[in-house]
Amino acid sequence: MTKVQTNSRSIRIKGRSFLAVVLTPDLPLDQWLERLDDLAARSAGFFLGRPVVLDVSDLQIDRQQLGECLAHLAQRNVSIMGIEGARHSMISPGMPPVLKGGRPAGDVDVASVEPVAVAAQSVAHDAGETLQEPQATVLQAPRSTLQSLLINEPVRSGQSIIFTEGDVTIVGSVASGAEVIAGGSVHVYGTLRGRAMAGSVGNSQARIFCRKLEAELIAIDGIYKMAEDLPTDLLGQPVQVWLEGDAIVAGKVN
Amino acid sequence: MGKVIVVTSGKGGVGKTTSTAALGAALAQRNEKVVVVDFDVGLRNLDLVMGAERRVVYDLVNVIQGDAKLTQALIRDKRIENLFLLPASQTRDKDNLTPEGVEWVINELKRYFDWVICDSPAGIERGATLAMRHADVAVVVTNPEVSSVRDSDRIIGLLDSKTVKAERGERMEKHLLLTRFDQNRAARGDMLKVEDVLEILSIPLLGIIPESMDVLKASNIGAPVTIADAKSAPAQAYFEAARRLAGEDIPVTMPEEKRGLFGKIFSRRAA
Ligand SMILES: Nc1ncnc2c1ncn2[C@@H]1O[C@H](COP(=O)(O)OP(=O)(O)O)[C@@H](O)[C@H]1O
Ligand SMILES: [Mg+2]
Repeated sequence: MTKVQTNSRSIRIKGRSFLAVVLTPDLPLDQWLERLDDLAARSAGFFLGRPVVLDVSDLQIDRQQLGECLAHLAQRNVSIMGIEGARHSMISPGMPPVLKGGRPAGDVDVASVEPVAVAAQSVAHDAGETLQEPQATVLQAPRSTLQSLLINEPVRSGQSIIFTEGDVTIVGSVASGAEVIAGGSVHVYGTLRGRAMAGSVGNSQARIFCRKLEAELIAIDGIYKMAEDLPTDLLGQPVQVWLEGDAIVAGKVN
Repeated sequence: MGKVIVVTSGKGGVGKTTSTAALGAALAQRNEKVVVVDFDVGLRNLDLVMGAERRVVYDLVNVIQGDAKLTQALIRDKRIENLFLLPASQTRDKDNLTPEGVEWVINELKRYFDWVICDSPAGIERGATLAMRHADVAVVVTNPEVSSVRDSDRIIGLLDSKTVKAERGERMEKHLLLTRFDQNRAARGDMLKVEDVLEILSIPLLGIIPESMDVLKASNIGAPVTIADAKSAPAQAYFEAARRLAGEDIPVTMPEEKRGLFGKIFSRRAA
């Protein structure tokens, strides 16, 4: 097995946009903030640099109160990347963008006695394709019944397979302009030409396997490599990709 | 009941209209009743390639809006009596195509014709998805270059999700028609290789149509190449593709390499 260490060029994206922590405040706000402080004290740095989405769907507050809430969070170094469930009238210029289309992705375990509602949520973004309207093939199943997803055909350009509950196996190729996002590992019995993201819910043990590597992007647990950063001697080869510390490592599999 | 074929690609200018006309005329020469339908509303040109532009009175939109009967809009070919054209409108835009209207027209045509061949507009928008919606078979027209292949891949994804067949959980039959294939450029490595395109798209090959002046000559005289010059290389390739569409199991002929000056100079490098 050839092993190519390429950590000098690795960059950690602080949580790719497809997975964010969601905070759901309740009223009265000052009591909720107290509990938040308590949580932050016990799990130091939990919110540091994490994308946090503020879910206000069930909250009866106005624009001014939302502004205050955001300010309180900013004081605590919790930076809000987006607001979900806000009415138009609640948003003023300079506030984080309003997000839509979030899907639950299981609760984040933060070991607290009386937890503030914290949930992980995946936000599927338009990947900026050349042709509009990517059709998202979103397949999810409850954790207890299904931990792997088998796709028995090629993943076509513009399609994305999102399965945060476990491994994804593709019997076929993943086209340029297509993406596979798995909570666990990604297995491609064909050519990987598009993007593959493994361990997307925060699993550094996840791996990517493919019969032939021609990927546009590979990522494990938020650490990614673009096509031009991939070792050229592995292109077109059967490859596995894993994480060593903060470095993406790729090697040939035979 | 006739079979409905959609000729589609995603990308424009790859040879959909040329192929619709050529395959339609080839199937009609097998004594089957064929209608070619122009879905490129606003940019119609199937009528030009069929040489019927001056005989268009009513079009697909008129029929859908109830301004004309289907039989009034159909134009019979002057050379082959069992070949018909249903033209698109030049003036209206594609918003005039309603899903119900298209479904009705296709169902009517299926009752009278053995083959209903729909010439899709480019893109992945409404016009293209309406053209493919009721198809039984798709002919995916692709040029051997990266952007065309990627768009075709995208279209295959739509064929497998946005069609009536797909929604019923059935499998759409898909065929790859590789067009504008230039053997000399392929040898020089300027184009994707046939096997690479097949590997990427992973659908069966219907035929390889060579890049040829005969196609341009045919369209200039307003005739499908399978009528204008049946002996020419592109016409032969289209006849072969039509036989395969009709269910014959025959091997695909690879286009011959032209032995010109370029061929000699570059053959060493290509080997
Ligand atoms: N095999 C071929 N050899 C040479 N020119 C071709 C060939 N196929 C198509 N063309 C030319 O390419 C242009 C685009 O073809 P057309 O059939 O109109 O494409 P589309 O319907 O996909 O937009 C036309 O000028 C046509 O004559
Ligand atoms: Mg056309």
